[in-house]
Amino acid sequence: MSASATRAELPGATRPGGPRPLNRNRNSNKAHRREAAFGWAMISLSALTILVFTAAPIVFTFVLAFFSWDIISPPEFVGFKNFAKLAGDTAVVHSFGVTAWLAILVVVLQIVIGLAMAILVQQRVSTWARSIFRTAFFLPLLVSAASISIVFSYLFDDHFGVINYYLGLLNLPQVPWLSSPAGATATIVIVAVWQQLGFVFILFTAALGSLPKDVLEAVSIDGSGPIRTFFAIKLPLISPTIFFASVIGLINAMQIFDQPYVMTKGGPGDATTTTVMLIYRTAFQNIQFGYGSAISVVLFVLLLAITGLQFYISRKWVFYS
Amino acid sequence: MSSVNPPTLSAPADPARARTRSAGTPGPGRGSRLIPHAATRKVWRGVGLALLAVIALGFVMPILWTVSTSLRTPSESFSNPPQWIPLAPVWSNYSAVFEQVPLATFFLNSVIVTGAIVVLQLITSTMSGYAFALVRFRGKGAVFAMVLATMMVPAQTTIIPIFILIRYMGLADNLSSLIVPAIGGAFGTFLMRQYFLQMPGELAEAARVDGASNFQIFSKIYVPIALPPMATLAVLTFSGYWNEFFRPLIFLQSTNNFTLPLGLVSLQGNFGTGSISIVLAGVVTALIPSIAIFLLAQKYFVEGITAGSFR
Repeated sequence: MSASATRAELPGATRPGGPRPLNRNRNSNKAHRREAAFGWAMISLSALTILVFTAAPIVFTFVLAFFSWDIISPPEFVGFKNFAKLAGDTAVVHSFGVTAWLAILVVVLQIVIGLAMAILVQQRVSTWARSIFRTAFFLPLLVSAASISIVFSYLFDDHFGVINYYLGLLNLPQVPWLSSPAGATATIVIVAVWQQLGFVFILFTAALGSLPKDVLEAVSIDGSGPIRTFFAIKLPLISPTIFFASVIGLINAMQIFDQPYVMTKGGPGDATTTTVMLIYRTAFQNIQFGYGSAISVVLFVLLLAITGLQFYISRKWVFYS
Repeated sequence: MSSVNPPTLSAPADPARARTRSAGTPGPGRGSRLIPHAATRKVWRGVGLALLAVIALGFVMPILWTVSTSLRTPSESFSNPPQWIPLAPVWSNYSAVFEQVPLATFFLNSVIVTGAIVVLQLITSTMSGYAFALVRFRGKGAVFAMVLATMMVPAQTTIIPIFILIRYMGLADNLSSLIVPAIGGAFGTFLMRQYFLQMPGELAEAARVDGASNFQIFSKIYVPIALPPMATLAVLTFSGYWNEFFRPLIFLQSTNNFTLPLGLVSLQGNFGTGSISIVLAGVVTALIPSIAIFLLAQKYFVEGITAGSFR
């Protein structure tokens, strides 16, 4: 990236030994100017949309967090009042706990199961069966989280659900899936993991498939068993993929909304009220845009900090060949 | 970067396995000649396969249940045991969901929104990706840095200002409120730039000598060879926006403007537990386009997912 950037900053033919082999003179300035105009025209639509609808809203969220605004009367500057209120608001603090707990469960399960599946499929299955498994694992990625949550809320229904029916057949106790805090949390985690596992699975399959063959062969000749090879050689080699999956997974899981919104409405009580659900309620149901923005800012900064921390820790365990 | 190349992704482990096997190893799996007991290995292989089969079944089960229950009569829809294979399918739920609910409207809205976003993002991302990769101009480094920085922005944390913006632009409760903010995308720009960076610049130089304009070089030479990554971008954009729930929930108010996921959730609320087979018929209807596109373009999906991971 930096190479092309530097190249771009030296458009004139004045520099001897510049990027262009031909030393053009009068025409070249005109051509460069035309090329630059063309470049700006080509990026304008993308850049403008991203600027207005992604970059500016970040700044705007931080600004709004210092105001009190119900969109009808003019916004009122309140300084740090929103943040002070937020720190003492048990609903907000609780929602961060709920979100973090859900996110950790989802990300850890997703990576462990996804990796296990990728290894199993890669080692023990014929190409024909592999494509069947791959399609099966991919299917959930095609469904919308909202509509599959409808399906799961039926499957996990306490009284009529298929899951409790089969548990009953096996003489296992009926689980109050959606009516108890632990059950509701488990249901949301199951749905989120079920849906995202295919993504992680494909990442790991690709990573395992692109391992250097000569290294693996050398290790195998040296007499290392499959388990030792996995932990000593393969795991370090795919650690960048594990890292990538955990960063992306955590950013997504910390914003979980669709599943609790559809299946539990944040309940029972506030057991599954995630931070984004709270932002939604605060801003769009209670029309407190300033306070909602303040909660968003905290979530944003928290995510930034977690990602930064992940990158920092990654230097100790992620292996780049 | 290698990820954009199709060959790295297909049938990953095969060459390695074939080689170990031809090297005189009796069983499958690498390094297996060093484990003494063939029987133990067979047992483990069976356990692994059984485990995989159970997991795969768990993956398919909810969707199978959805399809089979959507084909039962509403009165039976919640009775256990479920009928996994619909021996006597009842199709009335599908006509019912179109008659009792504006499902056709939801469907059309989803087609309009998703179709517009896919087309627009294809155009803008291909153009900007090309310019960031192969056109020389001052300031593109800074602009690309902004694009990169926004790629990781958690979208849901900036929803409040976007909603306010939408309101002030007069787009609230309008399908264009979903389309306009998605005209350009950071991920698409990044994906296309990665692809064009691998393209040789000499193609452009040769065409320039022949007197082609900048835009002709782009449209006549580079776009035709960039069709595979464009297909990847198209399927990923489709599945992202077709299934989107959060923005429609916040931006749309009237039922007539609902997209499918939002319409289905509101449908579930209205119908309660009385006739879930009708709701499930709606879920299946919404899923059909996704599955069709997946079956047509499976490899582009897989490429899209791996594309972002090896930066």
